[in-house]
Amino acid sequence: MSVTRATGNDNNIPRLRGLPWARALVPAALAAAGNALANTSNGYNLPEGVTDLSRVIYGLHMEVFWICVGIAVVVFGAMIYSLVKFRHSQGAIPDTTMVHSTKVEIIWTIIPVLILVVMAVPAAEVILKMEDTTKSELSIRVTGYQWKWQYQYMDAGEGVNFFSTLSRESNFARQLHSGIDPTTVDNGNYLLEVDHPMVVPSGTKVRLLLTSQDVTHAWWVPDFGVKRSAVPGFVNELWFRVEPGKEGIYRGQCTSLCGRDHGFMPVVVDVRTPDEFKKWVDEQKAALKQPAAPGAEPPRSAQALPQSSN
Amino acid sequence: MAYAPHDTAHANHDHDHHDGPAPGIKRWLFATNHKDIGTMYLVFSLIMFFIGGSMAMIIRAELFQPGMQLVDPGFFNEMTTMHALIMIFGAVMPAFVGLANWMVPMQVGAPDMALPRMNNFSFWILPFAFTLLLSTLFVPGGSPAGGWTMYPPLILQTGNAFPMLIFAVHMMGASSIMGAINVIVTIMNMRAPGMTLLKMPLFCWSWLITAYLLIAVMPVLAGAVTMLLTDHFFKTSFFNAAGGGDPLMFEHIFWFFGHPEVYIMILPAFGIISEILPTFSRKPLFGATSMIYAIASIAFLSFIVWAHHMFVDGMPEAAQVFFMMSTMLIAVPTGVKVFNWTATMWRGSLSFEPPMLFAIAFLFLFSIGGFSGVMLAIVPADFQYNQTYFVVAHFHYVLVPGAIFAIMAAVYYWLPKWTGHMYNMTLAKWHFWLSAIFVNVLFFPQHFLGLAGMPRRVPDYAVQFTEWNMVSSIGGFGFGLSQILFAILIIQCVRGGKNASAAVWDGATPTGLEWTLSSPPPYHSFTIAPEVK
Repeated sequence: MSVTRATGNDNNIPRLRGLPWARALVPAALAAAGNALANTSNGYNLPEGVTDLSRVIYGLHMEVFWICVGIAVVVFGAMIYSLVKFRHSQGAIPDTTMVHSTKVEIIWTIIPVLILVVMAVPAAEVILKMEDTTKSELSIRVTGYQWKWQYQYMDAGEGVNFFSTLSRESNFARQLHSGIDPTTVDNGNYLLEVDHPMVVPSGTKVRLLLTSQDVTHAWWVPDFGVKRSAVPGFVNELWFRVEPGKEGIYRGQCTSLCGRDHGFMPVVVDVRTPDEFKKWVDEQKAALKQPAAPGAEPPRSAQALPQSSN
Repeated sequence: MAYAPHDTAHANHDHDHHDGPAPGIKRWLFATNHKDIGTMYLVFSLIMFFIGGSMAMIIRAELFQPGMQLVDPGFFNEMTTMHALIMIFGAVMPAFVGLANWMVPMQVGAPDMALPRMNNFSFWILPFAFTLLLSTLFVPGGSPAGGWTMYPPLILQTGNAFPMLIFAVHMMGASSIMGAINVIVTIMNMRAPGMTLLKMPLFCWSWLITAYLLIAVMPVLAGAVTMLLTDHFFKTSFFNAAGGGDPLMFEHIFWFFGHPEVYIMILPAFGIISEILPTFSRKPLFGATSMIYAIASIAFLSFIVWAHHMFVDGMPEAAQVFFMMSTMLIAVPTGVKVFNWTATMWRGSLSFEPPMLFAIAFLFLFSIGGFSGVMLAIVPADFQYNQTYFVVAHFHYVLVPGAIFAIMAAVYYWLPKWTGHMYNMTLAKWHFWLSAIFVNVLFFPQHFLGLAGMPRRVPDYAVQFTEWNMVSSIGGFGFGLSQILFAILIIQCVRGGKNASAAVWDGATPTGLEWTLSSPPPYHSFTIAPEVK
């Protein structure tokens, strides 16, 4: 198995039941310890991510953010200056002749237009890049169900086909009044762990073909910079290429309201080196041929999962 | 019977039997007076604000910490859906219609709205619509839980509440259209002599444009939900892929209504702020004409940006680029408005009465919502932001410290005019500061949550989102409780208080015909049309 898989080395999370503030610090501590690779976000900003697209998006995001901060400094500065300087209580005399200035108004129409062009042109280039799903090396058909994902591999993985559902542990813990402390569940990945993650190779252009069998879902992994709806009757495409050396577990969730258990259908992607991926595919194919072969992983979709009450 | 008020009035004033309100409940049931109907709209809106707010409290309580502690996930979805429907259609829109009812006739120098019986009808539909909507909480299958956007196929899974939802939406739409027609007819036909359109107060201007938006898009919503209804009950396949229909088409139709709807909820707010800032800056509004053109441009652009709500749902590159560009263009007229407001305060003489405080908070916090709006327009980044708490933060910034603060500013501005009493200034300032602080504690952390990866409309979340959710919930409870002060203040002010003068804000420079009337104004505002020079 891949050494980067985070499951298995649990129980190093302190149990802090009843101490909400202390519990809140656990995720930060986990991140500092480099333990569960849930998400490379620092907790208050977008993750830079591990694909070229995610890095470009992060760059756009920060660029636009700083432009907004710049504008805010100027505009809020002028407002605050007015609030401080032109106070009736300080005896300020209003300049009632200052009612209109075509010159000024033209200036503050033109400048925002120019700023917007500066933001829009690079963004349009990224759109074209994001939509270019040609020359993909591995295609996976992703189908949304209430409330699980089905992954059907094509190309090198032809024949591999399984469902991916919220892990048993998280599913027990998330029941109303379960009394289970979420920080103790799934090695800190409460609600972000599945029974059977999607496995993809690093350094490979992976194309996903998304659709749904019931209602609209959406597939999102923040670290890949991709989110796309799975709409019944449509096939939406997206692609990502995880940088070599960034193998590991990446997590996301369904983001389109899809009914009662919308909050409980995570997306987990296990990125492995191409060699390990090939090994995994072979194992899966062998398991398909000989379901009872010793040592092979049982088909996960066959496992019984606790269903939510009512 | 219905003639009783006639007789009573006749006994007192034989020459004019329309001089005062009918006694008792009939004054309200058969109301045709713009002030009475305006009052009913505003009271209704406040009640809905508290009902929708209670639902928000349930949402924030469940989200206080990870794990499911209080409600079932299905009920949580009912709460998010109902919270949105009630706040949009029950609180914000009726509040603006109420303000229009009170202020439009008084600002254009008219005795009443042009179509008083339709005015009565458009209000009285609302209590029935919302009783129907709220009663879904008690039907088998529960309330609608598919989001206020009502996307199929999910919304078709609603239980017995489904036809009730559709019918309630139809009634709200009919009410809005009638209210809009009334505003347009009043403004077009009943302006005082000499009041040209360009001399008309900004509040009336913003409402005139809003009314056209309402008439343009409410029928679109009615069509969309009717197609849902026939898909559900008559086996049509407008949105059913298996029958050759198209679920994305609903989203396009819905947002063709939905985006102008967003501006329906903010343009009257722009009008209100444009009234209040000049008064308490003691200086005329800067660039009044360009403010009108800016509102009109925003209204036009609102029809060609709808698909920016659905980039994630898939569309061709060209459409993505088009809708990105058109959306960003909205920042230009909106920027002009913010700059003009700032220029209005510049070299003014500012005082900080409660309406001004709310207007200033609007200026800052609505701008923050505008900045996140520009960020959301950048399509590649939108793929990361959309459907997360970043979007929740964005639209709550434009709706709560945006639209709702503007409504509160309007109430604090005109309440003494309406009641004839000054309100408790200390209590109003407490209400302002608590609201302004808690609204930021409530919504600012939601930007962080969204960027860090928390999807919206989830009843539970991964443990790394705990801290900001706790902060947000504390802000939510604080903000919710602070609004009780608002209700207390209004009740106090209606009951009594220091008498307000005709101009109310004597130290400042309120302009407009409403300030020439007594406080409270006569029952039929202007029985003789004033002359406007």
